[in-house]
Amino acid sequence: MTTTTEAAPPEVVPLTAPAKRPRRKLTPYWLLLPGIAWLVVFFAVPMIYQGSTSLQTGSLEEGFKVTWHFATYWDALVEYKWHFVRSFSYAATATVLCLAIGYPLAYTIAFKASKRWRNVILILVIAPFFTSFLIRTLAWKTILSDGGPVVGALNTLHLLDISDALGLTSGHRVLATPLAVVCGLTYNFLPFMILPLYTSLERIDPRLHEAAGDLYARPFTTFRKVTFPISLPGVVAGTLLTFIPASGDYINAQLLGSPSEQMVGNGIQKQFLNVLDYPTAAALSFILMALILGMVTVYMKKAGTEDLV
Amino acid sequence: MTEQLRDTAAAGGDVRLTGISKTYGASTAVHPLDLTVPQGSFFALLGASGCGKTTTLRMIAGLEEPSSGTVLIGGQDVTALPPYRRPVNTVFQSYALFPHLDIFENVAFGLRRRGKKDVRKQVEEMLELVELGAMARRKPHQLSGGQQQRVAVARALINHPQVLLLDEPLGALDLKLRRQMQLELKRIQTEVGITFVHVTHDQEEAMTMADTIAVMNGGRIEQLGAPADLYENPATTFVANFLGQSNLIPAEVTGRSGDELQLSASGVRLALPKARCATEATRVHLGVRPEKITIAHACTEVAEGRNRVAGTVVDSSFIGVSTQYVVRAETGQELAVFEQNMDRDVRIAAGAPVVLHWNPAHSFGMDATQAIDAGTGEEAA
Repeated sequence: MTTTTEAAPPEVVPLTAPAKRPRRKLTPYWLLLPGIAWLVVFFAVPMIYQGSTSLQTGSLEEGFKVTWHFATYWDALVEYKWHFVRSFSYAATATVLCLAIGYPLAYTIAFKASKRWRNVILILVIAPFFTSFLIRTLAWKTILSDGGPVVGALNTLHLLDISDALGLTSGHRVLATPLAVVCGLTYNFLPFMILPLYTSLERIDPRLHEAAGDLYARPFTTFRKVTFPISLPGVVAGTLLTFIPASGDYINAQLLGSPSEQMVGNGIQKQFLNVLDYPTAAALSFILMALILGMVTVYMKKAGTEDLV
Repeated sequence: MTEQLRDTAAAGGDVRLTGISKTYGASTAVHPLDLTVPQGSFFALLGASGCGKTTTLRMIAGLEEPSSGTVLIGGQDVTALPPYRRPVNTVFQSYALFPHLDIFENVAFGLRRRGKKDVRKQVEEMLELVELGAMARRKPHQLSGGQQQRVAVARALINHPQVLLLDEPLGALDLKLRRQMQLELKRIQTEVGITFVHVTHDQEEAMTMADTIAVMNGGRIEQLGAPADLYENPATTFVANFLGQSNLIPAEVTGRSGDELQLSASGVRLALPKARCATEATRVHLGVRPEKITIAHACTEVAEGRNRVAGTVVDSSFIGVSTQYVVRAETGQELAVFEQNMDRDVRIAAGAPVVLHWNPAHSFGMDATQAIDAGTGEEAA
C-alpha cells in the first residue's frame, strides 16, 4: 500500500565488477515473477472472465452468450441499491468504531505499555485469528442472542428503548438488527485497524512529545498538532483495510442480521449460488469494485498523505 | 528581533537550583546539588555520559520531576510547573523537529500555541538570524544536519525564553561543522543575551563556548568555574584528566619553604607553589599539563628553580602544529609532552635519553586518595 510510505531504501551501490552488471539488472524482474504470475492467474484472468460474464445473456439451460448487454448493470444497481447503501453505511460505521476503539489501544501499546506488555497486547490483538472467521461470528450470535447477557444488560439499563427508537434495534432484540451487523463487522475487522495504527505510532520519536510540551502545547494540543498528524498514514491504511473488506462482507449480515440487513455481498452470493444468474452477480461485483475505488480515491485525495513522512 | 530578545533577557533569567536531586528506584542519577546560573551567561554542564548532566537539564526544563529540591527561574519557583508553563525552551539532542511541518511552521509552533495571530514577521526575522530565510517551506528531512540544528535553535529562541537549554545540540554533527556551529551559537548568545545552559560531553566544546563550566561526575558537580580557571587549577584528578590532558605524578610532601612545598616523587625533588595545592595531605598527586613541559636532550643544562625529571622517549608523533612525546620518566610514569614545532629538525627519536623541565608555578597538587586515572576514559569502571 502506497499510503504507508516507508522511506525509500537507499540505492544499492554495486560492489561487483561491471562485467556482472547485465545479470544484476534482471534480478529484480526475476524476483517479481512469482508475484506477477500469481496476479495474472488469480486476479487478471478471473477479472476478464467475470467482465465477460457480466455482459452475457442467456440461462443455465440454454447457455450464456456475450451480447454486450450493459443493461444488466443498471438493472442490478436498481434492484440492489439498498444493499449498496447498507453495505457502505454499515462498513463506514464499523470503520469509525474501529478507529475509535483501535486508536486509543494502539496509542497505549506504542507509548504507554512496557516492552513486555507491548508484545502481550499485540498477541492478544491478533489472537482471534487463531479461530476461523465463521466460528467467531457464530460466537457473536450467542453473545447477542435474545436471552444472552448483552440483551439482558441493555434491557436493565433501558438502553434498548433508545436504540429501538433510533432504529438501530427493533423489538428489544439485538440479533437480526443493524446494530448486530455493525458490531460483528467492527469486531472482525478491528485488528486490521489496530496493526497499521500501531506501526505508524510506534515510529514516532517520543522526544517530539517533549518538544511540543516544551513549546507550550498542552498534552491534548500535542496530540492534535503533532501525534495525530504524524500518524495519519496509519489512520488511512487502517481505515482502508477495514472499510474495503467490510463493504464486501456478507458473513456478518448473514449470521447476525435478518433479510432486511442484507448487504451487497449477500446479493452477490445469492445471485451466484442460489439464483444462478451469473451476469447479474458479476455486474454487482464490478459495481461494488468501482464504487469502492471511487470512494477510496476521493478519500486519499482528501487525506493528502503524500506529503507525510 | 535581537533587541526584543535582549529585552526579555534583561527581565531576569537567573536559574537557581537548590538541593535538587533525582533517583530512579535504587540508583541515583543526580545527588542533591545547588547551582546558580547567572542571568545572561553561557553555562556548560560538562561530563561523561551518565554523569547526570542531561537529567539536571531536563529537571530545569520540567521534563523530569526532581526527587527533591527546587528549581527557580528568574526568582519564580517553577518546580511544580509542567514544561508548557515554564519560561524556558529546549534545543533537543537530534533536534526533535516536527517531521510533518515545514521549517516555517516548526519555528512558528511555540508562538501559535500561545495564541499569537500574526507570526509571519517574527518567524521570518528569526529565520534570518539563523540564516535560513530561503528554507522556510522545506521539510526538516530536506535539510542538512547543520541546518536542522539551526532550525531547532530558532524554534526555541523565537519564544523569547528566559533561559535556553541545549542538550548536546552539536552531538550529531561532524567535527568541522561542529566547530562552525560552536562559534555560531556563541555569536547568537552574545547577540540576544539570553541565559544559555548547555549540556555537553565534549570538553573542547564547553571551553570554546561557555563563560562558566560545571564539570559533573557520578551525579555530582566536581568543580565549577571559568574554562581557564578549571584548566589551570583543577581541583580533582577527574577534572584534571577530563578537561584536557594532565600528567599526574604521585609524590610526598617533604617540607616547605616560604610559599613552596618541597615534594619527593620516587626520590626526585620537585617544587609546588602552596597556593596551587588543593589539599593539606602529605601524599599528593603533582600535576602538570603536557604543553607546559619543555623537553631537551639529557645533556642540556636546566636553569635553577625549574622542576626537572629525567626520562627516555618511548614514542614521538608528529601532528603538524606540534610533536607529542611519551616519555618514561625516572619517577615511574609515562608522561605526555607537547612541543610546538617552531624549529625544524628538533624531533627527538624514540629511545633517546631526555630531560623534562617546567616552571613549578605551572604545577598543581591534589589529594592522592583520589584515583589517579579518574576521567581519562580508561579508568576501571
